[in-house]
Amino acid sequence: MITLDHVRFRYEEMEMQFDSNFPKGSFTAVIGPSGGGKSTLLNLIAGFESPEQGRVLIGGVDVTQLPPDQRPVSMIFQDNNVFAHLDLWHNVALGVSPSLRLDAEQKARVDAALVEVGLGALMHRKPGEVSGGERQRVAVARALVRDRPVLLLDEPFAALGPAMRRDMLDLVKAMQQARRLTVVMVTHQPEDALAAATHTAYLETGHIVALRPTADLFAATDMPGLQAYLGDWSGPKV
Amino acid sequence: MIAYQPSRAPGSAALALLALALAAGFLPVLRMGLEQGLAGLDPYVLRVLRFTLLQAGLSTVLSLALGLPLARALARQSSFPGRALLLRLLNLPLALPAIVVIIGIIEVYGAKGWLGGVFDIYGLQGILLAHVFFNVPLAARLILGDLERIPAESWKLSAQLGLGPLAIWRLVEWPAIKGGVAGAALLIFLLCAASFAVVLTLGGGPRATTLEVAIYQSLRSDFDPQRASMLALVQLALCATLALVAQAWGGLAAGWPALRLQPKRHDGRPTLARLLDGVVVLLALLLLLPPLVALVAAGLLHINPSPLLVRALLTSLGLGMASAALAFAVVWPLATLAVRSGAWRKLASIAVLAAWIVPPAALATGWFISLIAYAGTTGLAAFLVIAMNALMSLPFVARVLMPALAQSAEAHDRLCLSLGLSGWSRFRLVELPVMKRAIGLSLVLALILSLGDLTAISLFGTQDFVTLPALIYRQMGSYRFDAAIGTALVLSAIVLAFSTLAERWSNQR
Repeated sequence: MITLDHVRFRYEEMEMQFDSNFPKGSFTAVIGPSGGGKSTLLNLIAGFESPEQGRVLIGGVDVTQLPPDQRPVSMIFQDNNVFAHLDLWHNVALGVSPSLRLDAEQKARVDAALVEVGLGALMHRKPGEVSGGERQRVAVARALVRDRPVLLLDEPFAALGPAMRRDMLDLVKAMQQARRLTVVMVTHQPEDALAAATHTAYLETGHIVALRPTADLFAATDMPGLQAYLGDWSGPKV
Repeated sequence: MIAYQPSRAPGSAALALLALALAAGFLPVLRMGLEQGLAGLDPYVLRVLRFTLLQAGLSTVLSLALGLPLARALARQSSFPGRALLLRLLNLPLALPAIVVIIGIIEVYGAKGWLGGVFDIYGLQGILLAHVFFNVPLAARLILGDLERIPAESWKLSAQLGLGPLAIWRLVEWPAIKGGVAGAALLIFLLCAASFAVVLTLGGGPRATTLEVAIYQSLRSDFDPQRASMLALVQLALCATLALVAQAWGGLAAGWPALRLQPKRHDGRPTLARLLDGVVVLLALLLLLPPLVALVAAGLLHINPSPLLVRALLTSLGLGMASAALAFAVVWPLATLAVRSGAWRKLASIAVLAAWIVPPAALATGWFISLIAYAGTTGLAAFLVIAMNALMSLPFVARVLMPALAQSAEAHDRLCLSLGLSGWSRFRLVELPVMKRAIGLSLVLALILSLGDLTAISLFGTQDFVTLPALIYRQMGSYRFDAAIGTALVLSAIVLAFSTLAERWSNQR
């Protein structure tokens, strides 16, 4: 579904090179040390950065030259996913129409998405009046109404407590399965990867060192960098 | 818990000194104004008030009309060749003394100038031109600071949602800057309402004069303290109202925005966006460059190191250093108390706000009336100029010293308490070495302000007590414009040298 074909990109002193494929319907977690290029990987797929060389293909179509809004991609950030002066409903509605002119059917879709993520009662609140977890749900609802086949998540739940994080992860996982989305999620939490991701990629200094089924990757012993990154994290709790 | 408690005596003395200076300025004006009652508000005073408001209002509108698009263009085009240079250029008009910029404007637009005849620079048009020259960069820098605070995710989100320029303006940019635009507008209005050098040189006639300049003329040309105090009262009321409105609004545009890492924007790539932004930048360059180029080009031909110039230079530097030292001596003890106690913080901020809103000419009127018996002596004149300039620089000195002192208090108070380190030895062993950059910066800022001052020296100066700005004004007035432009270049060079130093220190802090 997503193919990075000999993509090269330079950020300050670091030379990055990505040559990978994320199949349709897969849920890939991306882990690795900070500054290794995890966010850059997402930015290249979403179109916020342009590769110096190589191509980005989504669904077989070369999107390398396309601006972000014309790619079949939605992205959820760690922070600032909402405009603070618009209420939750309008923040979601932006996903349907950037000019906020919606017909009755579109309005109903916005309502339904808000209900689906559990914000039905809060839809006319401003972002400042709801919790951090609820703000992230707004971003999920917006991704729902945009209905793009690729969903990118850049440490989306890093600022949430453990219970809330688990709820959000379940929500995204359910959405991914119901709509057969291709999801790429940057995270620092091995638990997140184990709970939701079919595959996990380990990325350091601008390269994907390994991209394997999640259980295999965490059991691997052939990558000293990965062991150092995970430290004394004790492995999946069964 | 026991907290470090600095001695209150120096702070109280500083506060008393400030109160005395303000009272000496305010009370005589109030008394003389009340004696006249409403009768003092004659048609002349009202006409001057009307013109003050008119030119300040028009200056504000025009400055925002170009400053806002300029800020947006600079934010949207986050990298183009010369962008960094352009940002530095935007700092120049505010770093340079007003009188110097006016000389540049006359050299370009005056009757014999390069573009003579485009504007009628003596009168409203000239005043507006000069005010726009100063305040477009100010507005642009302030608003650009707000635009750069918009989080990078908002730009990514806008790009992903495909928001057009109008939607971006409505949803992202305007909500982020509207408070800042209001603050910038008030600040510009306040600066223009109290502007002295511009109106003195380019306006000045009875038709085009402002309160600040009319006060000066009443005191120094007409010798009419009655009228001066009426004008001063009106000016005080105007500035205080504006400052209080601004304060209620969330404070005057706070501080000088630091250049930060520019978040990447995705909406500047279309050809139309680039074209529009290019036109705006070009307009700004057309406004800013000619007077500065003229100043340097013509000034280089006319630098004449006469004994008069050298004496004025030494006088300027001497007065500047003295007023910087005085401002520091007043702010430091107040600030050491203010960073540790809420009550003192309130007192100090009221004192600093008072120094900020009291227009210099209004204050000078009171001092003038109080000390009228001793008028004309150079020693007193020097003292008054130093005091006035120190007062004007208080807010800037406080803004630099307060955060640094708060940091030092946080870091060192407990250790100093346990070692019994206090007073002078603490200053010498802890604050002086730790804060030497902030201290240096505060002194240099005060020095720069004082070097460019034309208000205080015009109000109190005497025939043989002349600073560089006063010399420039005198040379202009006696039809020696070539000499004036040479002097102006010397003054600019000195001021720029100091502000480069200040900029380096403020970046390293």
